[in-house]
Amino acid sequence: MDLAGAYEGILFDVAGGFTLLLLMTAGVVCIVWDIFSNDDPVLPVLAAMTCVVAAGWEVRGLDAGSSTAFYDLIRAYGLTSYINITLLISALVSIVLSVPYLNRIRRGYGEVYALILFATAGAVMLASANSLVTVFVGLETMSIALYILVGLVRQGGGGIESALKYFLLGAFSTGFFLYGIALLYGATGTMILPDLAAGFEARGSMMLLFWAGVALFLVGFLFKVSAVPFHMWTPDVYQGAPTPLTGYMSTASKAAAFAALILVLYYGLGDLAATKWQTALAVVALVTMVGGNIFALVQNNVKRMLAYSSVAHAGYVLVALVAGTGEGYAGAAYYLLIYSFMNLGAFGVMALLEWDQKEGSEQTIDSLSGVGLRKPILGVVMTVFMFSLIGFPPFGGFFGKIAVFAPAIEAGFTWLVIVGVLASALSGYYYLRVLYVFWMRPQSWSAPQVQAHKFPVPSLSAAVLVACAVVLTVIGFVPVVRDLPMVYFDVAFTGGTP
Amino acid sequence: MEIALSWYLTLAAVLFAIGVAGVLLRSNLIIILMSVELMLNAVNVTLVAFSQSMGDVSGQILVFFVMSVAAAEAAIGLAIVIAIFRNKLSVDINDFNLFKW
Amino acid sequence: MLAESLFVMLGTLSVIGALGMLIARNPVSSALWLILTLFCVAGLYLTLSAEFIAVVQVLVYAGAIMVLFLFVIMLLNLGTMPTMKGVGWKKAVGFVLCVVVLTQLVLIGATGLDLLPATEVVDVANAGSATTIAKSLFTRYALAFEVIGILLLVATIGAVMLAKRRFA
Repeated sequence: MDLAGAYEGILFDVAGGFTLLLLMTAGVVCIVWDIFSNDDPVLPVLAAMTCVVAAGWEVRGLDAGSSTAFYDLIRAYGLTSYINITLLISALVSIVLSVPYLNRIRRGYGEVYALILFATAGAVMLASANSLVTVFVGLETMSIALYILVGLVRQGGGGIESALKYFLLGAFSTGFFLYGIALLYGATGTMILPDLAAGFEARGSMMLLFWAGVALFLVGFLFKVSAVPFHMWTPDVYQGAPTPLTGYMSTASKAAAFAALILVLYYGLGDLAATKWQTALAVVALVTMVGGNIFALVQNNVKRMLAYSSVAHAGYVLVALVAGTGEGYAGAAYYLLIYSFMNLGAFGVMALLEWDQKEGSEQTIDSLSGVGLRKPILGVVMTVFMFSLIGFPPFGGFFGKIAVFAPAIEAGFTWLVIVGVLASALSGYYYLRVLYVFWMRPQSWSAPQVQAHKFPVPSLSAAVLVACAVVLTVIGFVPVVRDLPMVYFDVAFTGGTP
Repeated sequence: MEIALSWYLTLAAVLFAIGVAGVLLRSNLIIILMSVELMLNAVNVTLVAFSQSMGDVSGQILVFFVMSVAAAEAAIGLAIVIAIFRNKLSVDINDFNLFKW
Repeated sequence: MLAESLFVMLGTLSVIGALGMLIARNPVSSALWLILTLFCVAGLYLTLSAEFIAVVQVLVYAGAIMVLFLFVIMLLNLGTMPTMKGVGWKKAVGFVLCVVVLTQLVLIGATGLDLLPATEVVDVANAGSATTIAKSLFTRYALAFEVIGILLLVATIGAVMLAKRRFA
């Protein structure tokens, strides 16, 4: 390859990878800044501004047709922009919520914001993957940054053990995931996702190798999105991690992994004997929805309850992927956006309500009694988040569930959708229980609780939470948000590339 | 070279399985980490064998990235082990009550 | 013939090293067994004419990663601890799982690949050389290369944050 020409091509592609490059640069600036001015309060502002600028850039890219950049390594614009906006919103909200939280537990290090930016860069790379190499590199960058963030709180020993569990299971699953990539590469002779099917045809008679590769590869993804047989790490890790960062993990890392899964299924496997992986995914979606909701019912710890609820929500998204149609993939992208607002909000409220000095790792639902009356603003936004998580009509969660369930019915998976609707009806019990405790239970606080509860709700955090709640209330009535991802897949079906 | 590709793949599968066995059977954290490294190595053998048999360089590029990731994982894993050892004075996985496998 | 006997020798040694790592009682001897395996794998890369990867394997694994492992084992003074305990039912289940995985993978390797048309190494001189890899790495995979650089930076920061006392 002619090197001078190659570098011209790369310079030309910088616009396509702008978000990724900006996030990495800002992260490095944060680290260097932190060396000269330790734990400067400017750092979170810088990190948040980066996310805003990058999100603005991606909004501009929503209308542009999807293309590939950097020699087919990543995709840019179109659907990728849509997912990237979700990831950047998640990072932005987490950064804003982290500032008072980390200062309160005296963990306000500048490195944390740099790590969030790096994790987001990994997530963006994963979500825009167009090559198996990109999938691997993005996934690992995101995961390694998250292993560190989980181990941040360590005085009780809980956080570091969570980090250990997350790390060990994550590294173990990486091994299988990578073996899957190797077998896929061997069976197709290419790393580029859209070339997989053609490569498979060209190599011929490698069925066993190919399907073993696909299975191992999917296991790696299902681990990251915490689908049920591979969810064991989720409650323990969510329980031990700093709460605003738990919100980040449950939204950004999940959304990125799902986005990459959509790209792999849509471009890579495509129509290639679709039924084979559809049935397997349908079974996983079924047990994930049922298992997540049933385990969530019996939890007393708020963070564990929300962890299992996020497992259940991964199941709903899987239902949309099972459909295997453009509508299904578009619905999944839409649901991930709404889900990010709901979950970030719920974990954000919990981050403000931790007074057990153990960062919520031992906080029971009963300890929240009467919060809604004392802090009406938190009570109201939590009500919105909980109703939205159930999927109650005027809120975003309802429209999101329609978007993921409708394509599955069209594709003939009515039984799966019936189970999904029943499971989400079941979820009403534990979400409403939180609201019941919030509003109706008489206050029975001990003196230290009252004391600890005297700290004011930081106005910026409150503003962000209210913004999330407002978005959830109105998002269903802005059809363009829902129809946007659909457009990309429509274009694809008429011959172009989304 | 006249060595069949399947020989390399079989050897890699055996090494991978030994790595998996190490993760599942041993309770010493450091040996578990070493077993993970062995798993990644087995995958690398697979990748290089495929890459060379097809004359395609992208498999070896991935091997290069896998080695970087293996180094990063070793650094993070050992740092976590040190932090845990300070707390519990143990590297035995059975000593951590948070582990409900 | 020479290549085949070389492969058999290196392959056997690497499996012996891996098994040694698996069953050694002392973490230090485990690490030393693993180093044997890593060297043999580097030799296997040479039989595949992947010289660059072979050199990097020795430098990164044997030279850096395993030294780190040995350093931590010595730092924590783990050599004196008894490690093998009684085998519980969980381990038994795990072992059965391993055997299943092993048989499956061997099956894949043995049967799935006999169907391969050509097993000869193609374009040996080019694909494995440092020039080819470097050209590809710094053009086609330049972005991934940058992100891997960030990943190593993250790992460095993270290792310091997790292991340092100031943060605890």
